[in-house]
Amino acid sequence: MARDVAIIGIGCTPFGEFWDRSFRDIFVEAGVAAIEDAGVQGEEIDELFVGNMSAGRFVEQEHISSLIADYAGLASLHTPSTRVEAACASGGLALRMGVLAIASGHADIVVTAGVEKMTDVSAQAATDMLTAAADREWEGFAGATFPGLYAMIARRHIHEYGTTSEQLASVAVKNHHNATMNPKAQYRNELTVEAVLRSTMIADPLHILDCSPLTDGSATVVLAPAETARKYTDTPIYIKASAQASDTISLHDRADITTLDATVSAASRAYAMAGMTPADIDFVEVHDCFTIAEICAIEDLGFFEKGTGGKVTEEGITAIDGDLPVNPSGGLKACGHPVGATGIKQVVEIAQQLRGEAGKRQVTGEVGMAHNVGGSGGTAVVHILTR
Amino acid sequence: MSVPRFWRHISSRYNLIGTRCNTCGEYYFPPRTMCPNCRRDGSIEEYQFKGYGEVVTYTIIHTASEGFDMQTPYPLAIIQLDEDPRMTGQVVCDNDEIAIGMRVKPIFRKLGEDGAAGIIYYGTKFIPA
Ligand SMILES: [Zn+2]
Repeated sequence: MARDVAIIGIGCTPFGEFWDRSFRDIFVEAGVAAIEDAGVQGEEIDELFVGNMSAGRFVEQEHISSLIADYAGLASLHTPSTRVEAACASGGLALRMGVLAIASGHADIVVTAGVEKMTDVSAQAATDMLTAAADREWEGFAGATFPGLYAMIARRHIHEYGTTSEQLASVAVKNHHNATMNPKAQYRNELTVEAVLRSTMIADPLHILDCSPLTDGSATVVLAPAETARKYTDTPIYIKASAQASDTISLHDRADITTLDATVSAASRAYAMAGMTPADIDFVEVHDCFTIAEICAIEDLGFFEKGTGGKVTEEGITAIDGDLPVNPSGGLKACGHPVGATGIKQVVEIAQQLRGEAGKRQVTGEVGMAHNVGGSGGTAVVHILTR
Repeated sequence: MSVPRFWRHISSRYNLIGTRCNTCGEYYFPPRTMCPNCRRDGSIEEYQFKGYGEVVTYTIIHTASEGFDMQTPYPLAIIQLDEDPRMTGQVVCDNDEIAIGMRVKPIFRKLGEDGAAGIIYYGTKFIPA
């Protein structure tokens, strides 16, 4: 990158269903925490980028760039504030915009945030709103749902590679176990494979316990040029790569139903940028909006051969004490998935892990990766971070 | 969905009218007006798909979006048409009858309804061939 970028502050709300807290309450909480952590003054902030998928439909509020600058107390400073949207990859995209603003030399201190308030509408309305991340005209109008699209990926993965429902369930079991050690997670209960398989079928072969939940939450990361980061913190976390890729919006138009080529492409750009290979990554937060999504992710990011993701998960290789810890936070599945906030929360988790501040779920390692997906794979964002 | 929004694609929804690029010979359904192979060198014209094809993957939808909840559980599939493109559509058959590789043909059916507006949408589904 033209100029290296570091994380100097992080903040995250608890994730869950907060009937007593509003959209603006949660982004202010995460933002204040991150800005306090960084020790920056409002006057120092050059730009705000906020990732959000659908405030317009979830809380009937557009123009949240202004709302956030306003309620963060920055209106009188007239700080530039920009909302970015790529469905569930909105958070990762906001971070990338912040990185580019600093790398280009245009800005010094940038606040990047993600926020979503999903539980002010009924679950059925939320299901429909999330379908807007797919092709409304040619997937949604045909009767597709988001779980339905990932179920069709799972069905094909089962057909081609012999992946089993038990292996899918083992992703949820692992991520729930990790979340028991994350005080901010939405679900902190252990699961069993049997409980997943017994749970209500949503879109065959995916049960409700194969799916990430509807969640309220917000997360914030404060960025600075790497060369000045130590002015603000003793533990800067360096962004070694920030990469993004797109693909067809519809699942049916993909070259291969079980491969997210956007993930493959974003990852290969990220590895090239960082001068690394998959073997250099010590732990990863992947986009497990459904159990099958984690299996595809660990294959498409280059960690495991195509078709073996289910088997390696069942064998414990991706467990928190395994060779490659995957989703130590509990992932989208158990930590929760406030869609616009997820990409930032993944990076907050990696920064906490690299700082050695992850408590009972602490993993060892110098290099972490975050992988954020929009829709069924129309967008992917990959970041590589080091101490 | 508003009436004009549905109506403007009615020939595609009812009769599987897609497009074909004369430059490279590729078929497109859903229709595209820009050929991804040839981009500005493409030459797009309408093409009537025959509608015969094969199930590439499928699911049984148990929890549906608004407007589709009266129909659950229903089979939904990605169909590879014989001309090559793939599309997403419902297959009208028993839930345990659908399988990968199954041959299908098109049928005109009610797709869904807009509760508030009271509009009923029709379009193409598939049945075992
Ligand atoms: Zn062409």
